[in-house]
Amino acid sequence: MDTSPSYARRVWRHFKRNHLAVLGLWVSIGLLLVALGADFLANDKPYYLVYQGKTFFPILHHYLDRLGIAPWPEALRQADFTQLKAERAIFPPIPYRPSRINLLVPFAEPSREHWLGTDKLGRDVMAGIIHGARISLSIGFIAVGIALSIGLTLGAISGYFGGWVDLLISRLFEMMLSIPTLFLIIAIAATLAPNIFYTMGIIGLTSWVGIARFTRNEFLKVRNLDYVISAVALGVPAKRIVMRHILPNALAPVIVSVVLGIAAAILTESSLSFLGIGVPADLVTWGSILNEARSNTFAWWLAVFPGAAIFLAVIAYYLVGEGLRDALDPRLQ
Amino acid sequence: MMSYIVQRLLLMIPTFIGITLLSFLIINLLPGDPAALRAGGGLGAAGSEGLSTEGQSTVDAAIKAWQTQYGLDKPLYVQYAYWLRNLFTLEFGESFKDNQPVWHKIAERLPVTMQLNAISIVVIYLVAIPLGIYSATHPYSAGDQLTTFLAFMLFALPSFWIGILAIVFLCGGDFWDWFPPGSLQSIDYSPNWPLWQRWLDRAWHLCLPVMILSYNAFAGLSRFMRSSMLEHLQQEFVQTARAKGLAERVVIYKHVLRNSLIPIVTIMAAIIPGLISGSVIIETIFSIPGLGLLAYEAVLARDYPIIMAVFTISALLTLVSILISDLLLTVVDPRITFSGRMA
Repeated sequence: MDTSPSYARRVWRHFKRNHLAVLGLWVSIGLLLVALGADFLANDKPYYLVYQGKTFFPILHHYLDRLGIAPWPEALRQADFTQLKAERAIFPPIPYRPSRINLLVPFAEPSREHWLGTDKLGRDVMAGIIHGARISLSIGFIAVGIALSIGLTLGAISGYFGGWVDLLISRLFEMMLSIPTLFLIIAIAATLAPNIFYTMGIIGLTSWVGIARFTRNEFLKVRNLDYVISAVALGVPAKRIVMRHILPNALAPVIVSVVLGIAAAILTESSLSFLGIGVPADLVTWGSILNEARSNTFAWWLAVFPGAAIFLAVIAYYLVGEGLRDALDPRLQ
Repeated sequence: MMSYIVQRLLLMIPTFIGITLLSFLIINLLPGDPAALRAGGGLGAAGSEGLSTEGQSTVDAAIKAWQTQYGLDKPLYVQYAYWLRNLFTLEFGESFKDNQPVWHKIAERLPVTMQLNAISIVVIYLVAIPLGIYSATHPYSAGDQLTTFLAFMLFALPSFWIGILAIVFLCGGDFWDWFPPGSLQSIDYSPNWPLWQRWLDRAWHLCLPVMILSYNAFAGLSRFMRSSMLEHLQQEFVQTARAKGLAERVVIYKHVLRNSLIPIVTIMAAIIPGLISGSVIIETIFSIPGLGLLAYEAVLARDYPIIMAVFTISALLTLVSILISDLLLTVVDPRITFSGRMA
């Protein structure tokens, strides 16, 4: 199995034939764009504003202000742009911030004002779901990044050296597999202050076993092939053999578990925030909106929409992962 | 067989030590001194704010006393030894919240969770095996493709979402009133009811939680069953069986099914940790007074002794169930004797 461009092209051709997987890819790209552009889709600042004869681009300006490049003029620093007597203003399609509280409209049903309704504090659910994509995806990506680096390292060491090193590390895998992970995450998250960076770390630190076992098995398969043995005979140092000769070949099957791992991390994050663990109470996430439906069962929109967002994200990554698994399987080509 | 069990138990020791060490480290290395937390009723520093100097010194004295009592002033390895000793005597300390012995609380909740999980496992296998058989005996038919698609959807549906949807739409509220919205017994439940009525009441309450706890696993397992059956259907002994004129029913149910069940039984070891984790969410959603809800309440109250005890017990339960699923293998497959098969 080689990773030359022609191999990648072959995999892509195979992947493309699986329509559901391609659909999953489009959905996950769409979600990524929503997450990146959340500020431009749902925001209580306008794109474009003419105020007292001056022109502003408040959303862009907000970034500049945050970076310290261009602070707000005095008149606009604390301004609520939706109440401003401006000559002209163009707002995003959803003119709310997810944290914007409006106690006049608690539990508003879905309407033209609030497409997906509001929660008990009158916060717009659509805005919460759009900005929640950012939290869920970033936790998914970073947690899997952490899991990937731990899993690759331990898997490579265990598979390359074998023997008692392998035996020892395999016991560690076994231990991690026999721990109910959600309990472990809850136990750790409970001792730390609620913070999404901790949550990323905890999920990453507890979800590397699958990747590590995949890597180990690939290494065990590859390490006795002729080209590795000849590299050893030539006196190439172990580190270089692992990094340059074995790892690239072992990577393909690991990609599948990375993609599936993103889905799993999103699922874990939303179940944690659903339980109210690991994220600050004032942060709006998919799970936290869903949590409000528990005590307010009449507000069906709080149950249906955020859950649908979680489902959409999870199934999109599952479909891509399954498609990749088939496309990478040499037996099916 | 006996020697295999002994071997497995010995192999469990390092795993067991690893797990307990992990839970021990969580308590000790993460921020928060258990004694100080206890003084604050589990709420940490917030508990001692606004105390007078005199009050503060009383609290400090109490913290000192607890530290000595639980050996918290000793070096870490001594503390770990204490902790292990306490574990073997099922002495998990007292809850921060109400000073009840942790073990009492757990003994009260454990049967509920075990019942929920045991029923779910039965449901998982009862649904997954027939579905898998159907799919494998009608491969690539419309029915097979439909079940494959549905299984995939079910596998991706987050169970806490389905749980909330069920509560909102099916359990009273503004929509349908088909199921009770939670807990394990009706409000008018009485222990004087005849047995069938008590059972019926319990079954009615467990219906939704069991379905929601198990659908993820039976969706995955039915696909696993399908591929296992398909694999065995291609083997030569099936051809032989057909060639000697056995009825297709006998071929499928007597020859192929037996062999296909082997990997299905081993996979139980992978299902159980998921079920135990899942019961935290299901018990919380349906307010079922089990171990999961206990853990959740303990987390909200920062009640460490309970969190750690629940964590340790659920990890042990998982280890034991992995062992049981390995032993079950010998029942399904008499060829597997385990003698001389060491990992």
